[in-house]
Amino acid sequence: MKVAITSTGNSLEAKLDQRFGRCSYFVIYDTETKSTEYFPNPNKDAPDGAGPASVQFIASRKVSKVVSGDFGIKVKPILENLQIQMITLKGQEKTIGEIIEMLNH
Amino acid sequence: MRLRRRNWRKVIEMPPISGFMPFGGQIKPQTEPVLLLVEEYEALKLCDYDSLNHHQAAELMNISRSTFTRIYMSVRQKLAKAFVEGRTISIEGGKIYFDSNWYYCKSCKCQFNNQNQSVEITQCALCGSKNIEALKENSQSDIQEVTEYCYCIRCGHKIAKRRGQLRSQNVCANCNTEL
Repeated sequence: MKVAITSTGNSLEAKLDQRFGRCSYFVIYDTETKSTEYFPNPNKDAPDGAGPASVQFIASRKVSKVVSGDFGIKVKPILENLQIQMITLKGQEKTIGEIIEMLNH
Repeated sequence: MRLRRRNWRKVIEMPPISGFMPFGGQIKPQTEPVLLLVEEYEALKLCDYDSLNHHQAAELMNISRSTFTRIYMSVRQKLAKAFVEGRTISIEGGKIYFDSNWYYCKSCKCQFNNQNQSVEITQCALCGSKNIEALKENSQSDIQEVTEYCYCIRCGHKIAKRRGQLRSQNVCANCNTEL
């Protein structure tokens, strides 16, 4: 199962990005192979529609869960239709490494 | 005497904006805004935008037809008031919950939704802890019931309305008149 995490940088020490559509990096973590991949977000500086474009970006990589600070009003119904589970960590300063550790419970 | 508790109203989606501002004319900026509840916005949307009848709309919001009609009546009154008096409309509050079910994990303090409604959730999607609870409201924790106020006719003293209290018990602290 693949999990997408929004990140502020491309290392395990980077913090979780509180925004979904305009986060700096997407970390795609595979719970079976325990591998992580970092993708810079192509929609980081998009003037509008960053949320839906980012959903497309992660959905094309077949993730089944997304971890972020919060999800916008446009993004929530799309993720719901795509059967991707949303996990929000509002206002918490967790690093990518800590989140991956939690996913390995 | 206690008043009956309000039922939770189901809302499909939050409104895209949080209010309206009037423009042009002579509007006093200090006039109080008209507070439109989210459930009232939803009633207006289902009825007039999606052109459903009251029966269908009430079913969608999981309330009775008569309750729906009452909410609809109140939203029309509020909108008319805002238009005629040139007031700002602010959409907030209300006793609402959302369509998809959300859960809150007490150990890692995250919130997650159940995208597959046929499977029951027993543990946290992130940390696997069993210490979770179902959320009635969505992640918007700022949604609370709007408090209403009672005003004293004589001196204008304002106190928060206490539901389920007899009118004669509600007296002004300053001049002892009924509110």
